[in-house]
Amino acid sequence: MKRLKGIGVSPGVAIGPAYLLLTGHLKITRRILKPEEVTREIRRFHRALEATIEDLKEVKRHIPEEMVHPLSIIDAHILMLKDPSLVRETENLIKESLVNAEWALRKVLKKYQQIFKELGDFYLRERIRDLEHLIDKVIFTLQGQNNHVSLNQPAVIVAHDLSPADTARLRPDTTQAFVTEVGSRTSHTAIVAKSLGIPAVVAVKGVTEEVNPGDLLIVDGLAGEVIVNPTQEVIEEFLDRRLECQERRALLTRHAKEPAVTLDGHRIAVRANIELLDELPLALELGAEGVGLYRTEYLYVTRKALPSEEELFETYRQVVEGFKPEIVTFRTLDIGGDKFATKLDLPEEINPALGLRAIRLCLKSPTLFKTQLRAILRASLYGHVRIMFPMISGLGELRRAKTFVQEVVEELRKEGLRFETLPAIGAMIEIPSAVAIADLLAQEVDFFSIGTNDLIQYALAIDRGNEHVAHLYEPLHPAVLRLIKQIVTAGHEAGIEVAMCGEMAGEVFYLPLLVGFGLDELSMNPQSIPAVKNLIRRLNFTECQKLVEEALKLSTPEEIRVLVLSWFEERDLTLFWDYS
Amino acid sequence: MLRKEVIIENELGLHARPAAKLAETAKRYRAKIYLKKGSRKAEAHSILDVLALACTKGSVVEVIAEGEEAERALSEIVALLSSRGA
Repeated sequence: MKRLKGIGVSPGVAIGPAYLLLTGHLKITRRILKPEEVTREIRRFHRALEATIEDLKEVKRHIPEEMVHPLSIIDAHILMLKDPSLVRETENLIKESLVNAEWALRKVLKKYQQIFKELGDFYLRERIRDLEHLIDKVIFTLQGQNNHVSLNQPAVIVAHDLSPADTARLRPDTTQAFVTEVGSRTSHTAIVAKSLGIPAVVAVKGVTEEVNPGDLLIVDGLAGEVIVNPTQEVIEEFLDRRLECQERRALLTRHAKEPAVTLDGHRIAVRANIELLDELPLALELGAEGVGLYRTEYLYVTRKALPSEEELFETYRQVVEGFKPEIVTFRTLDIGGDKFATKLDLPEEINPALGLRAIRLCLKSPTLFKTQLRAILRASLYGHVRIMFPMISGLGELRRAKTFVQEVVEELRKEGLRFETLPAIGAMIEIPSAVAIADLLAQEVDFFSIGTNDLIQYALAIDRGNEHVAHLYEPLHPAVLRLIKQIVTAGHEAGIEVAMCGEMAGEVFYLPLLVGFGLDELSMNPQSIPAVKNLIRRLNFTECQKLVEEALKLSTPEEIRVLVLSWFEERDLTLFWDYS
Repeated sequence: MLRKEVIIENELGLHARPAAKLAETAKRYRAKIYLKKGSRKAEAHSILDVLALACTKGSVVEVIAEGEEAERALSEIVALLSSRGA
């Protein structure tokens, strides 16, 4: 049994066999053999080689006869695996350096990589890719990947990192938990895990080395702990805890559908951040009063072709109808940056977070933007829709985006659609320049929504995906609190509502501050809604306003954290943190 | 020990498929068969070592065979290497 620590980013407890997802970052542990283990290790190596060769032959059998070259590339691959030099050198390393087969293979591969790198001929040089791929296959077989776990069985996904494309490939019904080597509270894995209600722990150093495929894992998504091959005793303890969690959640959920009103009668709209149509039932069940952030990228990043207007419309209509009469807030395409589009031929950028993304990309690609706006506006006839633009940095962008909406409305009217009311238009406030001119922006939109993830990233110049600086990402930074204050003030002075839809909005710890700022709406991953509503009902709005006043007088995140902590303790509310 | 020089005629050089064919052929003989290009030598039935010799079109390669049936092996391999289809 071994305990590994990371950051718990999606609460819940899961127990299941490990499935190591090949991401090219899979690390291999060096295991020193006892002399008497050598023969067995060499046998293990040969068995894995043979199994991999069998797999290749199987592939060949499935190729239609007329396409099989008498000596196909698969035969060349088989010969590479049978290559006498490769086999001999691997065996020698196992025997002489007393290392495991995986490690020996990696070393032999490195030697070939070195040799092939020097070759002048491009075609021949590229053959090393074949060998890399083949050796990966053998190593996977060695680790028992194919024998123990398939993705069709319930499993805990272990990876260096998960890209949007990786997570899209996974089946939510068989994925019990996510564990990644890198990442932060706001990384893609965390967001997807939360939205699907799957426990996740990120930033677990060395996890791809420590865990072998098929190992039994306990994942505690709240405490941020991963236990490898637990003892029976520990397993039972965790099963108890899981039951306890479920009971507590059931208790919280019982009142989830009631509104969130503070003790002194201040009501806050609590809405859901969603990405998939599949999340709709859970969001409603957990008490979402509509959607404060509908991320619309999914249909763009998971397939090879761009989605058609009809396809978008059909999905949007179902979401809008599903939440009717509550609001669904569409965030127009926020692609670029850490996400990617398969078919948008975007140039590689050195600094994607500051590059061509979100509204900038949409304004540059009128067809892309208009197709989405047409689908949203058509869907708006089936319920209550709002539209917001991401990454607004100035008035010019906002005006141009609004012009697009007007043009699309005119087009649709000409086509015979009747709009009684048009969707409210909002700006996401997530760039410091937008905060600085929030008073100007407020004159031209119907609402603001604060995207804290990006706002904090841009304000503090922290790349939240960079493991070396991620710890500096600090929602309680006095600068962040001042920015929020400024946005809410500007919005309210202009008489418009101010929402918050970043991860911060779903963190119970920040809730007294967020309520105190006077935010009108908090939008979060559906899982957090019951706990947030529950705590709001125990807060006093006036007291929260005072807390904000106090916090704004302090100079460091640490001081503010202590202030909030003691505020919770004085009121005996710390109990409400543990909400899983 | 028998030796003979050949010039590689295949457009792509001794790439994966011809190297595979070479390895398959060499394996049928008990004779030890080597390819030598410049100062570097590779066993003919090691596809990786043969690829690493980087025998592009026009390279001069020495085929070496020793042991049982060395003569037949040598002539078959030489024929293979100097054919365009190899």
